[in-house]
Amino acid sequence: MTRIIVVTSGKGGVGKTTTSAAVAMGLAQRGHRTVVIDFDVGLRNIDLIMGCERRVVYDFINVINGEANINQAMIRDKRCNDLYILPTSQTKDKEALTRKGVGKVLDELSESFDYIVCDSPAGIEHGAKMAMYFADDAIVVTNPEVSSVRDSDRMLGILASKSRRAENNQEPIKEYLLLTRYCPQRVKQGEMLHVDDVQEILSLHLLGVIPESRSVLSASNAGKPVILDEKSDAGDAYADVVERYLGQELPHRFLEVQRKGLLGRLFGG
Amino acid sequence: MSVNLSEESAQVSAFELKGSTFTLPLLKLLVPDMELVSGQLAHRVEQAPDFFRNTPVIIDLQSLASGDTGVDFPLLVGLLRGYGMIPIGVRGGNRSQNDAAHAMELAILADGRPPKSERSSSSKTTERSSRPETTQETVVVSATAPAAGTEAGSRMITRPVRSGQRVYAPVGDLVILSQVSSGAEVLAAGNIHVYGALRGRALAGVKGNRECRIFCQDLQAELVSVAGNYRISEHIEDSKRGKPVQIYLKDDALIIDEL
Repeated sequence: MTRIIVVTSGKGGVGKTTTSAAVAMGLAQRGHRTVVIDFDVGLRNIDLIMGCERRVVYDFINVINGEANINQAMIRDKRCNDLYILPTSQTKDKEALTRKGVGKVLDELSESFDYIVCDSPAGIEHGAKMAMYFADDAIVVTNPEVSSVRDSDRMLGILASKSRRAENNQEPIKEYLLLTRYCPQRVKQGEMLHVDDVQEILSLHLLGVIPESRSVLSASNAGKPVILDEKSDAGDAYADVVERYLGQELPHRFLEVQRKGLLGRLFGG
Repeated sequence: MSVNLSEESAQVSAFELKGSTFTLPLLKLLVPDMELVSGQLAHRVEQAPDFFRNTPVIIDLQSLASGDTGVDFPLLVGLLRGYGMIPIGVRGGNRSQNDAAHAMELAILADGRPPKSERSSSSKTTERSSRPETTQETVVVSATAPAAGTEAGSRMITRPVRSGQRVYAPVGDLVILSQVSSGAEVLAAGNIHVYGALRGRALAGVKGNRECRIFCQDLQAELVSVAGNYRISEHIEDSKRGKPVQIYLKDDALIIDEL
């Protein structure tokens, strides 16, 4: 059975696209046929993060409008044969995403893929609702600060009521919490919410904690999902997230302040 | 009765036409004598005036449908309106009664059961409708009837009530087994019980019942209110925060007591 995963948050800039790219790559690396879809019409991003922006011919909206078929629009990742990217349009209006059109594309993809990762736009407007409507699982990306936590809570409320599963009285969407840009140093100083506090407020299953890391930005700029960066703690944390999503139980890492060794302190990390 | 989750609509439409189910009080007439009804109704309203204020009411005529008993609808409607109720329709009447009700612009509601010819009206005072449709709660005009039950409309919520969500129990109590997030709102005509953390707003007795209470395991609310008497987070003592408490009205003052 295909699982449709929505990566959502409510708030912008918390790491949805980074997470979508990393999770999709992680699933594909483990041999699952995966496609990642950009739902942020007009603010196209995932193709940049995945490093395939120069290969975009047709997009998601073209497929919905029947101007191209799905195989023409999907881009196969050069690093991993099981990963496909369905970019969105930079020029069209977000109203082009119709429930019927999106449903048809997802149905078609469900025939040949194991996982469909939907990268949701920020906000609770049309695009975000379309991205979550068909979902089976939701990864709610949250930063350790109060406004992000509240927005995530709002998002969870919408997930519980405005989805296909809710409307058909099926088992509700499985919700996972992913805490990103976590900085143990700042948590210790009381500038950031502790992971336990966030979890208590949202009362959700914690899928992982991604530490704040410079490697995320450089990986994005290089068009390479951070999960491929084996030297990065954020990449390691995303690898754990994928394993946990697939059912493995792993302890949470990167929650404590890392003590640098003498050499590390002398030469910088 | 469905959970009321308010959400902005994505599309701009002028309106939506939908079917919905409501729980309404049913006034079951046992005698056609309006004077008797008037006297007992006055007594009942006196006990709980807020309960009847602006409450839509259905008039049940089943007990009177067998004979050719005439019902003085103009008088009855005037009586109900006088007590603040809003009579909206009748059910279970015979043809001439329905015509008379129709003349008073009352709706004639369909009734699944054929009117029974014989009904022991003195012994069976309360009778719950077996149909799931409009009526569940029964207000019986009779001196021996017990007070109107509230358990019929109680709601139980097992999942967290999230920011932006609203849960309303228009009749009876509201029981929430999980948390109420900040930015969420829970309302009930009766009592409210929250077995997780209460971080949002809780309003009990929204129809004016001053006897209602709020019970919660962990008080972190943004606002609590009983029958319109409210207190915001800023005015909740720190000593009560995070504690299991009950909140009730005493002489117009909202009391927060640790449990």
